[in-house]
Amino acid sequence: MILSPINLAIFSIVLLFVPVLLCALIRQNPLVLRVMAFSLAAFASFLSFIAGLWTLSSGVTNQLILPIGLPALPFHLRLDPLAGFFLMVVGLLAFFVSIYSIGYVQGLGTKRPISRLIVFYNLFIVGMLCVILADDALSFLIAWEFMAGASYFLVLFEDEHVENRRAAFLYLVIAHIGAMAILLAFGVMAGVATGFGNFDGYTFDSMRQATFSPQWATVAFVLAFFGFAAKAGVIPLHVWLPEAHPVAPSNVSALMSGVMLKTAIYGIVRVTFDLLGSFPWWWGALVLVLGLISAVMGVLYALMQHDLKKLLAYHSVENIGIILIGIGLAMIFTSFKFTTMAALALIAGLYHTLNHAMFKGLLFMGAGAVVHATHERNMDEMGGLIHHMPWTAVFFLVGCISISALPPFNGFVSEWLTFQAFLLSPSLPAPLMKLIIPLGAALLALTGALAAACFVKVFGVTFLGHWRGHNRPHIYETCWPMRIGMMLAAMSCLLLGIVPTFLVNLLDGIAETMVGSKLNVAASGTYNWMWLTPMQPERASYSGFIVLIGIIITISIAYLLFHLKSGKIQRGDIWDCGFEKLNHNMQYNAISFSMPIRRIFGFYFNIRERVRLMPQLTSPAFPLKLYYNLRVRDRFWGWIYKPIIEAAFGISRQMGKLQQGQIHLYLIYSFVTIIVLLAVVL
Amino acid sequence: MKELNPIFITVLQVVIVLAIAPVFIGWLNMLKCWSQGRSSAGLLQPYRDIAKLFVKDIVLAKNASWIFRFTPYLVFSVPVVASVIIPIISTNLLLSPTADIIVLIALFATARFFTALAGMDIGTAFGGMGASREMMIASLTEPAILMAIFTVSLAGKSTSLAHIAQVFASSVPIMRPSLVFAAIAFAVVILVEGGRIPVDNPSTHLELTMVHEAMILEYSGRHLALIEWGSMMRVFLFVTLGVACFVPWGIAKTGNITEIALSFFFMIIKVGIIGAGIVFVETGIAKMRLFRLTEFLGGAFLMATLGMLSFFILE
Amino acid sequence: MSLKILEQVNSFLAALVLLTAFAMLAQRRINALIHVFMWQGLFLSISTAIVGFIANKHHLYLSSVLTLSLKVIVLPYILHVLIVRLKIRKEVETIVNIPMTMLLGIGLVIFSYHLTRPIMELSTFITRSTLSVALATVMIGLLMMITRKKAITQVIGFLAMENGLFLAATSATYGMPFVVELGVALDVLIAAFIFGIFLFHINTTFDSLDVNQMARLKEDI
Repeated sequence: MILSPINLAIFSIVLLFVPVLLCALIRQNPLVLRVMAFSLAAFASFLSFIAGLWTLSSGVTNQLILPIGLPALPFHLRLDPLAGFFLMVVGLLAFFVSIYSIGYVQGLGTKRPISRLIVFYNLFIVGMLCVILADDALSFLIAWEFMAGASYFLVLFEDEHVENRRAAFLYLVIAHIGAMAILLAFGVMAGVATGFGNFDGYTFDSMRQATFSPQWATVAFVLAFFGFAAKAGVIPLHVWLPEAHPVAPSNVSALMSGVMLKTAIYGIVRVTFDLLGSFPWWWGALVLVLGLISAVMGVLYALMQHDLKKLLAYHSVENIGIILIGIGLAMIFTSFKFTTMAALALIAGLYHTLNHAMFKGLLFMGAGAVVHATHERNMDEMGGLIHHMPWTAVFFLVGCISISALPPFNGFVSEWLTFQAFLLSPSLPAPLMKLIIPLGAALLALTGALAAACFVKVFGVTFLGHWRGHNRPHIYETCWPMRIGMMLAAMSCLLLGIVPTFLVNLLDGIAETMVGSKLNVAASGTYNWMWLTPMQPERASYSGFIVLIGIIITISIAYLLFHLKSGKIQRGDIWDCGFEKLNHNMQYNAISFSMPIRRIFGFYFNIRERVRLMPQLTSPAFPLKLYYNLRVRDRFWGWIYKPIIEAAFGISRQMGKLQQGQIHLYLIYSFVTIIVLLAVVL
Repeated sequence: MKELNPIFITVLQVVIVLAIAPVFIGWLNMLKCWSQGRSSAGLLQPYRDIAKLFVKDIVLAKNASWIFRFTPYLVFSVPVVASVIIPIISTNLLLSPTADIIVLIALFATARFFTALAGMDIGTAFGGMGASREMMIASLTEPAILMAIFTVSLAGKSTSLAHIAQVFASSVPIMRPSLVFAAIAFAVVILVEGGRIPVDNPSTHLELTMVHEAMILEYSGRHLALIEWGSMMRVFLFVTLGVACFVPWGIAKTGNITEIALSFFFMIIKVGIIGAGIVFVETGIAKMRLFRLTEFLGGAFLMATLGMLSFFILE
Repeated sequence: MSLKILEQVNSFLAALVLLTAFAMLAQRRINALIHVFMWQGLFLSISTAIVGFIANKHHLYLSSVLTLSLKVIVLPYILHVLIVRLKIRKEVETIVNIPMTMLLGIGLVIFSYHLTRPIMELSTFITRSTLSVALATVMIGLLMMITRKKAITQVIGFLAMENGLFLAATSATYGMPFVVELGVALDVLIAAFIFGIFLFHINTTFDSLDVNQMARLKEDI
């Protein structure tokens, strides 16, 4: 067998099945099982990362047909630069998370057998890799369902709580509604490509070659976008996300949020740019608008949360929105034949895909470490963890800075590229768009700033200050595998932030095949890798590397000048205005931190706030106790889902009348059915 | 004529920012004293304040972590890095392609992020309050800043500051409505980012009105000195940012010594006038209620958006 | 060259008219609202004079003077008198909150640009670019009438609409014939008087100028 990227990828997939077998073989020794299984998973993920990177840097496309599947439709696999990039994203994060899991799973293993986790964890990664490699509708959908099923069981891992089962069920329902839409979309495309006479139309190759009439293309796009949006958690199809992500074990949430959502992004890019090919501008506008809505609403909902993992889940909605903004802009630019600008926007979106995988994976891993140590998900019960978990605190801080889009970390690079794409929109020929699209840039800026506010809250409330809860458990730093997993993710956040040109050059290959134009960010000069210049150098440029070096140099000079000269520092109590009764409950917590924003943007939420005072009889001005109750709900649940659920229940109740419990009646049903069928068929 | 090396100009800019920022704040305080009928402490009072703080010892809160101790250095270093990039006396800078205006704004946001964290680090109610308010105000300002940048970059066809300043400085000075609107929006941004009245009051320590001061309440000694110096530079740099974007006429385009001297002279005059404008606003308006700021900052966003629209409609 | 600069000044004045239209939306006090209205009239009259100079149409100078006297002096005076006589509370009461109306206003500007673009492409006048501003001013005036509660603010909204129409006339066709303009000016003046009388009557009937009270006029079924 020749060593080629696709063979390497297949080898890694095969390798991922080994831990599944291990579970059957060495069940007695959980320690060996845990270490071996996750080490193997890490190794296999790393191989798939290499396969992806290899494809991306060489730019070649491998194809392979596996003799499994239907007789007339064997599995077609294909690894082109786009698939290679997503393979890289999945492989890299799965590599970090698998290392992390070696330590993390230890804490879960006491109550229930970890073999279930290991089996579904590996199958989940296999599913994601297969989705990316698939080159026909059948294998794509099988892999898609594989991924959804495995993640369903992972969400259900701690199945003794009702809300976990409810969340998993909700996830499964929405995942299947989405899958159905994707199935229909492929059906439409295959039907247009070759008709329904044979199975040839179901390969992506024939879809690529087919020319679609505008109506059928629109039907296919809308169906596919709906299906993928349900998976990606685009508002208003996001409701499952903040339910399912928090209840899954944290390594699984890291993978689900970091890379599983990205397979939906992959699907959108694949179907629109590759399979359908040409499209009208309003598709891009639709994607852009939904992206903007998801970004702003996602971050606003996140700000209202005080459950650490739920908050991170809402941030996934926000970041998916940011990615879709880039892709939507790329679609608009492509439809007006501005290919270089489209390349910029597409690269911005894809860059953010990788960035989001890194920092969101890191943040979920950090959240896992925190939840592990404190046995608590409510941030208002935490505080001061930086003194007990210094390593985790640093890594988590890196994640917070990256996701808040602050330089010199990676989140900023992709957001900056998106802004540059926005700034090019005035050259569009449609006058109305020139005026409206810039407002989207303002919304993106708002999103970034709100995300920063949100992560000041997260880090400040969780890691800084004093412990806010009643009695503090003994908190200890995480074990080494967890630390290494987080450290690697944090390092890649920094590297992607300071040397973005390497990845942007790699992404150029994708842009060339998808939109037919390259950016050539580093065309000339010896130190060109330092400067990211998406368009002409005089238009805009950014060098995260020099920014970082500059900050380090000035900080060290200032430190040497001012600190070492007089090192005297004494510790004292904080200033209490002469009150002398300060306690730790007087600190700001998550609810009070977000109060100003809750008040300004309150109309987006369904807020119920209740304050009850217990007055003192002698002096009512100084009440004994105050009860404060706040409930913030998603408005979409009431707007969209509740009516649907009620209608479904209503119909079911009507249907329930068929069931009378009398055997004769049932026989009559069968009899009538047979008669009707015979009458119709014959 | 002697040509100056771009490296030298860059170093000169850093020195200028470090040296003039306290004088600029002194100038603001002086004008404010005069306008309120008080006698002022002189232009150099901020220097004396900083010098005094450097001599004093530090009293650190018991709960303070490394974030609290790291923040002053970062707050000090970000303006220094920014002064390498913003064209203050010349557009011929060595490192100006390092960052465009969006990156600069984000750099300042990084400093603010850490200041807010430092406010939450010690675990007082004040720190959290300041952090919460600061981040709220920042998130409402961001759209206005970006719209103003958008308008400027439409007219200047770039977001690189040196390039914008060069393009505008070599054009005929006419009043373009789009730029005037954007400039008004940016003036509001200067007031917000500088923590000036009506958004925040730099001289108050009253619980209900503090924003920036609430976050740094626990700082003392050289930490406080660095933060104070850093925020002085921040105000000054935002003013020069406004100058570079909206009134760059007179800035040197080469390394010619006389040109740079002239450009320095013009810069002092422009900054002085803008300072007078800030004082005029500060004496004229009372500090706003926190939740009235929504409308104030919304107004800035509106201005910037009207600027963008009038670029397409009227120009 | 001088013509070029004048054109620039004219579009700048148009931008200021638009700005005052937004300022009217933002005002919370009726006195300040009237002041902004005065400013709008002033900008309008200067703009008219400049268009008169550019197009060499002398009757535009007359309409400029008419605008100045009517919209900067007479009408604000009448409104002031009304406020004092009726003891109207000083705050503007809104139905939709102010930031929301601002956003709607931006939407209207974009919409009117979209509407007037075909006309602008056909027109050869150098003032054509102000047409969309004029239309936007009309729409914002209407928006103000819709979103404010007090009758007096609706009167001002109406007058702002008239300002927008006037700007549209000067920018699209270099002004209407003078006779028409005179007639319109008289109409506006008379309308102001009639409004005044109406306001008196509303006030005496309902003890309030809140137009929501008018809902009480319908018969109870």
